[in-house]
Amino acid sequence: MSKIKLRSLLAISSSALLLAACSGEDASDSSSEDTSTEDTGGETSESTDFSVAMVTDEGGVDDRSFNQSAWEGIEQWGKDNNLDEGTGYAYYQSDDSSDFVPNFNQALADGYDIIYGIGYLLLDSVNQVADQNPDQHFGIVDDISDRDNVVSLTFKDHQAAFLAGVAAAETTETGKVGFIGGIKGQVIDRFQTGFEAGVAHADDSVEVDVQYAESFNDAGIGQQIAAGMFSNGADIIYHAAGAVGNGVFTEARNRMESNGDDQLWVIGVDRDQEEEGNYDGGNLTLTSTLKEVGNAVVESTTQAIDEGFPGGETIAYGLEKGGVELVRGNISDDVWSSVEEARESVINGDIEVPEFTYSE
Amino acid sequence: MLTTKQSRLSALLIPILSVLLGFIFGALLMLLFGYNPIDAYQAMLMGVFNSPYFIGEAIRQATVLTFTGLGFAIAFKAGFFNIGIAGQLLVGWVAAIWVALSFPDLPRIILLTISIGAAIVAGAVWAGIAGTLRAYFGTSEVIVTIMLNYTALHLTNYIIRSVLTTGNTTDMVSENASLSVGWLTTLTQGSRINMGLFIAIIVVFLYWLFMTQTTAGFEVRAVGLNPDASTYAGMSAKRNIILSMLISGGLAGLGGAIHGLGTFGNLFTQSGLPSLGFNGIAVALLGLGNPVGIFFSSILFGVLDVGAGFMPNRAGVPDEMADIVIAAIIFFVGANYVIRLVLDKMKSNKTAEKGGE
Repeated sequence: MSKIKLRSLLAISSSALLLAACSGEDASDSSSEDTSTEDTGGETSESTDFSVAMVTDEGGVDDRSFNQSAWEGIEQWGKDNNLDEGTGYAYYQSDDSSDFVPNFNQALADGYDIIYGIGYLLLDSVNQVADQNPDQHFGIVDDISDRDNVVSLTFKDHQAAFLAGVAAAETTETGKVGFIGGIKGQVIDRFQTGFEAGVAHADDSVEVDVQYAESFNDAGIGQQIAAGMFSNGADIIYHAAGAVGNGVFTEARNRMESNGDDQLWVIGVDRDQEEEGNYDGGNLTLTSTLKEVGNAVVESTTQAIDEGFPGGETIAYGLEKGGVELVRGNISDDVWSSVEEARESVINGDIEVPEFTYSE
Repeated sequence: MLTTKQSRLSALLIPILSVLLGFIFGALLMLLFGYNPIDAYQAMLMGVFNSPYFIGEAIRQATVLTFTGLGFAIAFKAGFFNIGIAGQLLVGWVAAIWVALSFPDLPRIILLTISIGAAIVAGAVWAGIAGTLRAYFGTSEVIVTIMLNYTALHLTNYIIRSVLTTGNTTDMVSENASLSVGWLTTLTQGSRINMGLFIAIIVVFLYWLFMTQTTAGFEVRAVGLNPDASTYAGMSAKRNIILSMLISGGLAGLGGAIHGLGTFGNLFTQSGLPSLGFNGIAVALLGLGNPVGIFFSSILFGVLDVGAGFMPNRAGVPDEMADIVIAAIIFFVGANYVIRLVLDKMKSNKTAEKGGE
């Protein structure tokens, strides 16, 4: 019985290949030829034989948030240096947390010089493969690794969230704003703390309604929480919840389209989410906090090429380095000037934005 | 005799045809979008089979799928759709890690036994809730297990943050709770394959023994085939409902222990339910409830899962395409009614030609 099955399973795979071969003749020559031009890439001065790969977290490379931002940065860097995707730069997508380590090993086998793990979820996996491969260089975004062959890239998200808080507190008509977090934890706590501090700094009578979705990808929950917040009188919601935020935008759009009298706003996160806010009567994205993961990854790669790999170091990107930012978006002139003021104070140290309320 | 031989043959044909159709459908779709299916499948299979590391990873994935597949299969045999495998796996994972972290210094054999035991109990209790409600109040086990999935998810995240640690990740369990086997790890160049494989093989055998050689197993099958007739024959439907759900959840919990202790060695906040739980359903359906069949379908799914990761970078086919191939196989497994219909028609034509025997 088992022998038969084993044999037939083998037969399945081979016959599937065969069948595919029969039907796939014409397409084969176009995509199977190896377009590696790495050796001829030395024409331009910028060119390098350095190669970079990234491993995404479960959000995937098209999460409209920081995986995508990291990839856009690497892609741009690869093109600027005349590299080919697949040999000079590549991404490895994780669909499940058990994919993290195999993805790193796949990238290792493909021979990339630096392999970045995008997101704090990958810290354990990065540490594990870093220990097993002490001569290979790795990077981790959003968390700190103590290994010598890993560079840690962190972001002062609380600074950008602080500015978002200032903008929200000065824009709100109802005196109530909302914050929707993804999964509760240190990283998102930074957003919450910064946002609350910003609101309190601008106008401490404004109430902040804080809720967590316990997810980074369930837009339905985002819509539900947003509906609750808007019904309770909040008119601005800042989300730091990845794809959950798409539900927040949906709810706001629905409400604006059915009853546009009371202006509602959403504040986007990580990338400029202006286009998510388009609705029949205009745009409801007040502003977005930016997190330049792509720039950070490229910068540390450039540093590795020019000065050697910054292994074991933690590089923190804040407002002063342009690592985090608040876009102008639909912020009014008055409010924008107070945001500018707050930005100056944060950069020159007059305002110390608290980072954690989180109890460790 | 003839009929059993034929039904056994078609029982083997249906899953094979489903997989084949799944691959062909995937290939056609790839052609339609201008990708090369040969390259894609080659990348997938070569990626796994050319490297001992990825063979090990595929088997590791298959190991957990075997448990979730068997767990789903036994409830299915008894006539229930246990969609809560994912949640039961998760509570098993939590229980195993919790026990392992609480007694890090116990001897390995004892620590592993109680960790895995706790996981089985946790999974069984989780599924038992749905089983009991079903047995005594007739509530739909589908709805209850779906709801318990989310309860498990949020409870897990709460326990991680408030009981086991304050962050998002627990400490690693001690060496004494590790499932890794030195020579297996070396053989597969450091993959996370572990002794779960041997436990899986033993459990496959025990499952077969229980279902075919014991009275309890017979009763479970009988209740699944016809609850009224079995009640009339003096079997307790209530008892069998609860029993099959307990075993189902226990197997899922065992899978959680193997996944937690073997794959990760710790526990971290989850953003969603583990996909292994849902893939276990597909594995069980593809294996048509036969334990050996389930074992081999989980190996197939393990290879597909791990091999899919090679498609984007080695063949330029986006990983979404790999997901579609997997989904197509699951679809044809689900639609095996159609395959069965065609096979039956062919068979009845043949019998008609022979003019009856």
